Amino acid sequence: MSNLLKVENLSRSFGGIHANSDITFDVNEGEILGVIGPNGAGKSTLFDLITGFTKSDKGKVLLRDKNITNIRPDLICRLGVGRTFQKLKPFADQTLLENVIVGALVKEKNLKVARDKALEIIDFVDLIEKRHHYAKELSTGQRKRLELARALATDPKLLLMDEVTGGVDQKTIPGLVELVLKLKKNGITVVTIEHNMKIIMDISDRILALNQGKRIAFDTPKNISQNSQVIDAYLGTVDAA
Amino acid sequence: MTSQVIIQAIISGILMGLIYALIAAGLSLIFGLMEIVNFAHGDHLMIAMFSTFWFWMLFGIDPIFSIPLTIILMAFLGVFTHYFIIRKILNSTMLIQICATFGLAVAIRALAQFFFTPDFRTIKNPIIQGKLEIYGIFIGYPQLFASFVCLFAFILLYLFVSKTETGTALQATSQDRQAAEILGIPSNKMFALGWAIGLSCVAVAGSMLSNYYYVFPDVGVNFSLFAFVAVALGGFGSINGSLIAGVIIGIVESVGGLLIDPSYKLLYVFAVYLLVVILRPQGIFGRY
Amino acid sequence: MNLTSKELLQAKNEPLNYFNKNSLIIIGLVVLGLFLYPFISPSKFALHLLMMIFMHAVMSQSWNVLAGFSGQISLGHAIFFGIGAYASGYFYTKFQITPWVGIIIGISISALVALLIGIPMLRLKGHYFAIATLLIGISFQVIFQRWSEVGASAGLYVPINRDSPWLSMQFHKNKVAYYYITLVFFIITFFLVWLLNRSKLGYRLKAIRDQSEAASSLGIHVSKYKVVAFIISAMIMAPMGSIYAQYVLIIDPNNTFSVDISILVLLISVMGGVGNIWGPIIGSSILIPISEFSRIYFGGTGRSIDLIIYGILIILICIFRPSGIVSLIPRSFREREKVK
Repeated sequence: MSNLLKVENLSRSFGGIHANSDITFDVNEGEILGVIGPNGAGKSTLFDLITGFTKSDKGKVLLRDKNITNIRPDLICRLGVGRTFQKLKPFADQTLLENVIVGALVKEKNLKVARDKALEIIDFVDLIEKRHHYAKELSTGQRKRLELARALATDPKLLLMDEVTGGVDQKTIPGLVELVLKLKKNGITVVTIEHNMKIIMDISDRILALNQGKRIAFDTPKNISQNSQVIDAYLGTVDAA
Repeated sequence: MTSQVIIQAIISGILMGLIYALIAAGLSLIFGLMEIVNFAHGDHLMIAMFSTFWFWMLFGIDPIFSIPLTIILMAFLGVFTHYFIIRKILNSTMLIQICATFGLAVAIRALAQFFFTPDFRTIKNPIIQGKLEIYGIFIGYPQLFASFVCLFAFILLYLFVSKTETGTALQATSQDRQAAEILGIPSNKMFALGWAIGLSCVAVAGSMLSNYYYVFPDVGVNFSLFAFVAVALGGFGSINGSLIAGVIIGIVESVGGLLIDPSYKLLYVFAVYLLVVILRPQGIFGRY
Repeated sequence: MNLTSKELLQAKNEPLNYFNKNSLIIIGLVVLGLFLYPFISPSKFALHLLMMIFMHAVMSQSWNVLAGFSGQISLGHAIFFGIGAYASGYFYTKFQITPWVGIIIGISISALVALLIGIPMLRLKGHYFAIATLLIGISFQVIFQRWSEVGASAGLYVPINRDSPWLSMQFHKNKVAYYYITLVFFIITFFLVWLLNRSKLGYRLKAIRDQSEAASSLGIHVSKYKVVAFIISAMIMAPMGSIYAQYVLIIDPNNTFSVDISILVLLISVMGGVGNIWGPIIGSSILIPISEFSRIYFGGTGRSIDLIIYGILIILICIFRPSGIVSLIPRSFREREKVK
């Protein structure tokens, strides 16, 4: 299994706060990498650094050995890295279909072809009946699917997902988890930030644990669950849903 | 071009700058609290100037005595504006917020033109008049007095915001509205207070300006523009920044007009804005 | 699943663009009516009024493209109007170049100015951007008030030409030609913006308007497209300045670069509905008649009264109907039926 993504010593500080310090890890093609850590551990910052939304102070990000550190977010997308955001950013006054078409336009030159591709992706996330509904009319769970569909439409090799199951009610969660597994089956490598321990342990091939901006563990789920540092960091906040 | 002339220009610039500073402080305070730029700020200044004029014209009250009246009037106007207009657009998009205060500016200016006519007015023989001469440099007493009053008001404002309990509450609301609410500080009242204080600053500046400046419906336009520049230069939300920025703008306007070409004074000030905002978006003291 | 693939096929067979048949028919009839209107000998004022409505609708559409499509708020849009006016006026006055070519020159210069201004302005966001545009607008006015080559404060007087009306774009016997020119420009602009709305570029710009960060993560080069929107917006505005110059035959900095124009296009767009293609014509149809009629009935102070009304109207719209008058039109006219 080859490395799709390699992150070396990635660091970023804001004022005096070390949001990310010397983060190093890699992602194998076809795997699901879970990223865990208490609030403020620097998980979203890590995503911002990888996808070009924040400039790193030091370190490298390599996509299949191509250096993509600090290049523009839209270029990173075109190279095959998609992402969703923790704080959802749907195009509220546009329909679901219109939202996803925007993603599809990265790879498709023809608008009709882009539209058809968008429809297929919307079908993939099981929202085809809602395609003409405005994004602001959708429920939170549906909006999460919208963001996922939109990012998928860009044909990513690597998908970074930020808290897919956050803020969603219990019965919607299994459906979303199934979707993530479906992605893996379709050959997309996934890195996902998750607070829900049970889910992350279930679906991840490997787990990266962060705390206070530093990497405290990078291992299989089984080993992570027995790692004393991880348990310490999470004392009292394990969310065994 | 003797050094005397240049010093004269610098002094005039500083004096005017102190007035710009107070105006900008009011604008900055309002923005710091609720992230709304009062595009009608200059026109509020115009109202203050006209109110001073009418107090003198109709009742014979000299500007130095009508200041408290104008302050009360403008403070009420501020609360009014917040209650009837601003409160309703606090959660709107930035475009709508800009449009609303823009619309207010247009309406105020047009109403002034309609009721007061476009004629230029002046206050004749105010108590403070005449000029001072030091080493060949002339400083008008009205200008000097105006600047000192504005500086004094500025210091009062600064002390109020940083030393009093209410002032601290204002700061809290401006930094984090929700957190302040949880601590029991009512945002709505803070916002209204912000508008009252912001327009009171304009009241002081306007009263003092009326001593020697022409009063007419469009007078606020340039002051608005310079206030925007000052606030951006000093940093949106920073009262200290307004002081330094105001003075810088006063000097740039004055010295630029002297050394290059007086008819392009506006452009020098604008150039300062563009330079600052492109090179250092947060201004001197601003949080971005 | 069988059911899903059936729905998918059905969805793919839907047309890409939606045409409400009723709306199309109504639009067609109205356009026809507008073209035939001069044949029923309307008054000079009526023609003038309609022409002003069309002209301001195009000007607002220009502003609307920038704000509604890429989310950038300009308070100095008059500069492109002025550039258009001076371009055609200057080249005709000095070199006898026909204003039709002058329009093209005006468009080109506007595009260039938009490019030159747009790029450094990319660093500015929100209020900073808006204020910068305000200052730039005023700066243009100040500069043109002192530029002797174009007549400084007095401006340019377009030499009267009665011999070749179409070549010189001056119609002295009958103003109807101005009406048709403006109407045609209005229809062309409207059509172009309609095309833009449904194009790839349109999708990208609207994405930038709604969530520029998300747009960036979806492969859209935000800076590039913001400048593109600025340039397109400028190119729409410029011809209106040129036509206006030929209509009034005098071009001066106070009429063509004034902040009032910048404010007006903003007010019209907001009143009508920002981001909606119908907004400008709706807003224009409301605000321009107010201005024209108050000029007639109130004479000298007429200018103030229309501004008082504008100001109050805008405040009311911002408070009660921020999405503009267009949002009062029943939705069924404006969008396709939802599936299920």
